[in-house]
Amino acid sequence: MGKIRLITWREYITRVRKKSFLIMTILGPVLIAVFYGIIIFLAVNDSIGQETENILVYDQSKVVEGKLFNDDMLTFDYASDWSKKDEDSLTFGKYTGRLFIPDSFNLYHPSGVIYESEKSLSVEGKQRINRRIANAVEEQKMAELGVSESAMDSLKTSVSLQALTLDEDGKSKSSSTELNTFIGMGASFVIYFFIFLYGVQVMKGVIEEKTNRIVEVIVSSVKPFQLMMGKVFGLALVGLTQIVIWLLFSVILVGIISVLFIGDNMGSIMEMAQSGQTVPVEQLDALGINSMMMNMVSGFMALNWPFIIVAFIVYFLGGYLMYSALFAAVGAAVDAETDTQQFMLPITLPLVFSIALSTSVVMRDPNGVLSFWLSIIPLTSPIVMMVRAPFINLATQWWEVALSISLLVGTFCFTIWLAGKIYRTGILMYGKKATYKELFKWLFYKP
Amino acid sequence: MAFLEVNNVTKGYEGHLAIKDLNFSIPKGSIYGLLGPNGAGKTTLIRIINQITAADTGEVMIDGERLNPSHIARIGYLPEERGLYKKMKVLEQIVYFGRLKDLSKSEAEKRALYWLEKFDLLAWKYKKVEELSKGMAQKVQFILTVLHEPELIILDEPFSGFDPVNTELIKNEIKNLRDKGATIIFSTHRMESVEEICDFVGMINLSQKVLEGSISDVRNSFKKNEYQVLFRGELNGIPFEPKSVKREERLALNKAVFVIEPDKAKDLITALNAQVEIASFSEELPSIKDIFIQKVEEGKNG
Repeated sequence: MGKIRLITWREYITRVRKKSFLIMTILGPVLIAVFYGIIIFLAVNDSIGQETENILVYDQSKVVEGKLFNDDMLTFDYASDWSKKDEDSLTFGKYTGRLFIPDSFNLYHPSGVIYESEKSLSVEGKQRINRRIANAVEEQKMAELGVSESAMDSLKTSVSLQALTLDEDGKSKSSSTELNTFIGMGASFVIYFFIFLYGVQVMKGVIEEKTNRIVEVIVSSVKPFQLMMGKVFGLALVGLTQIVIWLLFSVILVGIISVLFIGDNMGSIMEMAQSGQTVPVEQLDALGINSMMMNMVSGFMALNWPFIIVAFIVYFLGGYLMYSALFAAVGAAVDAETDTQQFMLPITLPLVFSIALSTSVVMRDPNGVLSFWLSIIPLTSPIVMMVRAPFINLATQWWEVALSISLLVGTFCFTIWLAGKIYRTGILMYGKKATYKELFKWLFYKP
Repeated sequence: MAFLEVNNVTKGYEGHLAIKDLNFSIPKGSIYGLLGPNGAGKTTLIRIINQITAADTGEVMIDGERLNPSHIARIGYLPEERGLYKKMKVLEQIVYFGRLKDLSKSEAEKRALYWLEKFDLLAWKYKKVEELSKGMAQKVQFILTVLHEPELIILDEPFSGFDPVNTELIKNEIKNLRDKGATIIFSTHRMESVEEICDFVGMINLSQKVLEGSISDVRNSFKKNEYQVLFRGELNGIPFEPKSVKREERLALNKAVFVIEPDKAKDLITALNAQVEIASFSEELPSIKDIFIQKVEEGKNG
């Protein structure tokens, strides 16, 4: 054990002392923030980078003429003469497309519409045009049914729903779905990146030692298994150090933001949030905060933070140990980094698979059947369980977490054992092109 | 007394035997040259002694005990392919490897500084290994092999990469270590250095031992009773037929080579003395290199 600690210390200290560690620790979050900032910005402002599309409408039916809604994304002009439509063809000019509404089109049979353009229409563009026409038709139907415009406006409703979850005593706790999703996704992304980043570093370290032949000297003093574990642990510590630094940063950052933006009202918001009571909208307005923000703050307070943090560390370490041992085995099996491709695929596939499903299926339905199974299966659980963590009610779902963690622990013990066998043989094997068949044989070699 | 004994050791990899039924006995406090062509099984034997890999059958005894993990700290190994962490500083690296061999941090540091001074590397102790010249890196590698004062030192091609000055330096260190009681296994292809510093040699060819003994015993057992005479004057019909006679202008002497029957050297000298002035008379023992080549060739033909 003493030797593993010594190797761990060396791996840790040489990496943490590097300038690149410092730079990554500071620049990493900034880069990630900028990256996601841009994505979110573009998603929210979907009009950016889009030019207004002008469409010339030939309305033979006269049903929608002058009634299609114009905005800076889509404007409609109306051609006066249906009969000229063939003559005008292909003289698009300032128009991106032409819309034909035949005589047969009416409020109860809104069909036969044709759109013609030089560029083919995107799904979104098609939906947009569809919606405009449908809206125009609906409005006319409403009018026919005798619904006034003011009555129609009053029909439009926006509900503010506050989600509550019950704890073991049957007491309700408020929760913010948006916040939960955000935290869960954030945590699982961090785990995904770290497994990849540090797993590959373990692999590179192994390859370095192998190509430098340092390994010959070291394995004459320590067992290959100790060397491998020292490397794996050392990098785990590097990762944890980075995470702790980031956590401290974000605590400070949250502190600064709350002081700057919420200021004096922070105290009263916290109080209200903690009381768990619904706060009257007027009171919130008086404090200059909206109900969405209130919801977030109370959701933030209500989250089971000890569980989330412990789960994060457990799944981070478990997932990392499981995968990095495999990365170490790959490093031991090859002579140079360029040969790693064929062995990397089975390792990266489940990782990419879990992050892809996390951002779709699991995010939409964190307590669904698929989410459940993905968070139990060890290869995907470290990433998927973190998306679920904020949604999990430990009082009733503790067994899911317990099962998932036990399986994860079992699996990383197994992968470490497996990797240890491959590693032991691989690090002293030079110039032999390893194949899967070869690796399988190594599992049964005597030392 | 033998410090290291290898008894009937066999090790195979996937159908072929890397070493077959090897027996070696290496006396305590000696320098033992382990010879053999590439692929003969030297590295496998060294790895078995280092416990990097285990023998299929047979046993290895160190100082009378069966090889076990506690021996690792008593062995120092300098592999043929040198390896150091390039980004690590010299002193730090030596201390790290010392600690892997169970030295305390302060002890490792003390010894590291002693060796660095001895090898004139003290000014480089805070430099990264990648900044060192090849020769300097080799010295560092040597230091970390002997830092924990191993009783058994295994050196695989220790002189590769050294200039003649440093080769001499290392050679002297090896002899010093031997004189202090260390047993040294010296694996090399450089036969002249074997003759110069080894007390004993053993040779492996095609997975098997083909030769073992002290340098003089081995050379004597291969001798062909060849004598070389340098002389002034002319040979005229002596009772021994010279293999060759020629003039050495460089020395202003004549040189004759005789191959005679055993125990006839005295008669040869007497006969020569009667005719010419002998400047030197020496027995030509085969060099270890000649023996090595002969053995390898025998292996090919047999």
